[in-house]
Amino acid sequence: MIGTGHYLFLSLALLLIGVVGVVTRRNVIVILMSIELILNAVNINLVAFSRLAGSVEGQVFAIFIITDAAAEAAVGLGIIIAFFRNRETVLSDEMDLLKW
Amino acid sequence: MPTQAMPSEFFLAHIWLVPLFPLAASAVMLFFGKKLSNSAVNVFCVGSVLLSMVLGFGAIFQLIARPAAQRLVEFALFNWIPAGPMHTTSGHLVNFNAQWGYLFDPLTAVMVGIVTGVGFLIHVYSMGYMAHEGGYYRFFGYLNLFMFSMLTLVLANNILMMFVGWEGVGLCSYLLIGFYFLKKSATDAGKKAFIVNRIGDTGFLLGIFLLVGTLGTLNFTAIRGAILAGNFAVGDAALTAIALLLFVGATGKSAQIPLYVWLPDAMEGPTPVSALIHAATMVTAGVYMLVRTNAIFEMAPRALTVIAVVGAVTAFYAATMGVLQNDIKKVLAYSTISQLGYMFLACGVGAFGAGIFHLMTHAFFKGLLFLGAGSVIHAMSGEQDMQKMGALGGKIRTTYLTMFAATLAIAGIPPFAGFFSKDEILAHAFQRSHALWFVGWITAGMTAFYMFRLLFLTFLGKSRVPHEVEHHIHESPSNMTVPLIILALLSVVGGWIGLGGRFEAFLDPVVRARAPLVISDCMEYIPTPGSQSAEQIRAEQLQADQGYQRCLDEASAARTRSQAVNQAFGGPILEEATEVPLMIASVAIALVGIGLAWFLYIKRTDLPDKIAAGLGGLYRFVYNKYYVDQIYDALFVNRAKDLGLTLGAFDRTFIDGLFVNGSGVVTRAISVISIYWDKWIIDGSVNFAAMAVRVLSIPVRWLQTGRVSSYAGFIVLGVLLLIGFYLHAAGYTLANLRP
Repeated sequence: MIGTGHYLFLSLALLLIGVVGVVTRRNVIVILMSIELILNAVNINLVAFSRLAGSVEGQVFAIFIITDAAAEAAVGLGIIIAFFRNRETVLSDEMDLLKW
Repeated sequence: MPTQAMPSEFFLAHIWLVPLFPLAASAVMLFFGKKLSNSAVNVFCVGSVLLSMVLGFGAIFQLIARPAAQRLVEFALFNWIPAGPMHTTSGHLVNFNAQWGYLFDPLTAVMVGIVTGVGFLIHVYSMGYMAHEGGYYRFFGYLNLFMFSMLTLVLANNILMMFVGWEGVGLCSYLLIGFYFLKKSATDAGKKAFIVNRIGDTGFLLGIFLLVGTLGTLNFTAIRGAILAGNFAVGDAALTAIALLLFVGATGKSAQIPLYVWLPDAMEGPTPVSALIHAATMVTAGVYMLVRTNAIFEMAPRALTVIAVVGAVTAFYAATMGVLQNDIKKVLAYSTISQLGYMFLACGVGAFGAGIFHLMTHAFFKGLLFLGAGSVIHAMSGEQDMQKMGALGGKIRTTYLTMFAATLAIAGIPPFAGFFSKDEILAHAFQRSHALWFVGWITAGMTAFYMFRLLFLTFLGKSRVPHEVEHHIHESPSNMTVPLIILALLSVVGGWIGLGGRFEAFLDPVVRARAPLVISDCMEYIPTPGSQSAEQIRAEQLQADQGYQRCLDEASAARTRSQAVNQAFGGPILEEATEVPLMIASVAIALVGIGLAWFLYIKRTDLPDKIAAGLGGLYRFVYNKYYVDQIYDALFVNRAKDLGLTLGAFDRTFIDGLFVNGSGVVTRAISVISIYWDKWIIDGSVNFAAMAVRVLSIPVRWLQTGRVSSYAGFIVLGVLLLIGFYLHAAGYTLANLRP
């Protein structure tokens, strides 16, 4: 029987994979994809607890997050394209304009 | 005496408008003239002088319409310099005050008539003469400014306002002599005129100061009143000093020895300027000033003697130089100096009326002579040397005939104007001193000689005109010849108004000393009865009686004195018996002069050069104007330059070197110290602060990599640390992660 604990472990695994992706990868597109993984880990977490509690609010939140993730992906890709046009790169370690 | 104008006397009441028209026109010219066409300039400038002339002549006729005793209008427009109380040298407390006021009496009337009348004719003439010159508006602007100044000078009711006009005409004279400002000789001549006039003006100004200090008033009527009141004895030292100082001013403006040197050079100006300023009006300002203040001079017989001698010597001396000049305008310039000498001679012998009479006739014929000379120069395409003229009479007939009339007038041939005025002067001189008369008489002969020499060399004899100029010779346009004709008429008939002493009778109220105090002036000593005791009234009455008696005594003493003055200078009317032989004598010597000129310049034209060669050194001495310019240069001009150079060297080494440059060096040294303070202490502390921050920031600088991913890593690390912290706080350990 698959219990809430399994879902949480899956969620934790996805979160770690996402975080490691965000921190270690140079390509901003991959970083965006990793952020999607983190968001989906949160979604699994919410749905799992929603099932455990027998209420529907968690699922509603998950749907909001999916919507939000779509919007964020659109905005993020727009920023990347704009940046690429200016610097001809999508590598995060070359995005060091803030460095003094 | 009513000094106010009646309501019916429009022109007399508005006499102050006369100088304002030319002032307005000149302002328009000098501010906007560049944009105006020549015809617009004509409308403004000649029109304004025409308006002045109409107003001026209206006022003259209204003045003549009054009874002789009431021919005086005086009013002030405003209080010009209300300076307040002051002590005179005699210790009286007076309220010193200079008005901007106008005085119109027979003397002013004559001067206004000359200035506006001759001035208008010369303006009309200038329209033709200056038509092809650059700076047309500038010329008329200056000329109108001159008209304003000259009219202010003659209309002023006090000597300070007169001085304003006096300086104004000097300025305009300077501007107009230097009118062709690209020509160095013209600008030099302008400067010379201005500077020489300054010397005279210094004397004039000192005279004014002394006058104020002595009499406590500037007003002409008050000066006259104060002197005629009998407060001064004949020959009073202060009055003599004033008279001499004023005369110094007059020698500058009216080109008398020793300050005459500027007038011949002033011929560098355009010829209408020479006619208006340096012959007819401005140079006579000195004579006018003397006559205007004649009350002072009558009290100073020694000063009058000086004036008479200077005038006579100048008349003779200038005539000798005029004889040898070849420049047509220079001859006229020396002639002007000589004739001005006659006027001063007249003033010096107390014949102020005769001086003004000669001033008037001289304005007519000398103005005409200059305008005629201008017409000749115009015809000769700018040539002024009489040696290159000759036989012009047939070609420029109007000019020739009008100049002929003027020459007869200046030579003193009856019935031309100059005869009457010159004769009157000589008659008065004869009465005073036979020597003065003799100098004047000889000068009259020389005048006739050099004027006819001019006439013969220019208009008669053989033509010495260069061929290329010859066929350009043409008569001047009608706006130049009509003024010539009018002035010629005046030169013929202008003297007739002096017949029977009418002219001098007209001026009499101004120039003759009158019995001053009348009995009614003493009435103030009669006390008005008040409510006092009988004794007090008696005491007061006694005191008043004494005052009244003293007043009457003074009045009668003053009357006696003024009669003495009258006798000394005015004298009884000259007897026919002396006057007629004098007339014959002066006409005779004039004819001798004319005959000599005819003999030398028509009959035996080879003789003048031989005579010149025969005289040798003397000829060169006079031809070079007695080397006076060179002597003045050596004595005064170069000494002044030396003084300037010395002062300049003093300035450079001592003032500039020690004080200015010295303080510069000191400041510089101080600033070097200041620079070190700034650089090391002020800036150093700022830089030290920055460096300290920089050093302190080294340990944390590596945190700011600028890479987004490393920041993200920091965030994750931080979150993990926080989670760990809270878990630890909540009692979890690695061992019991499961609660």
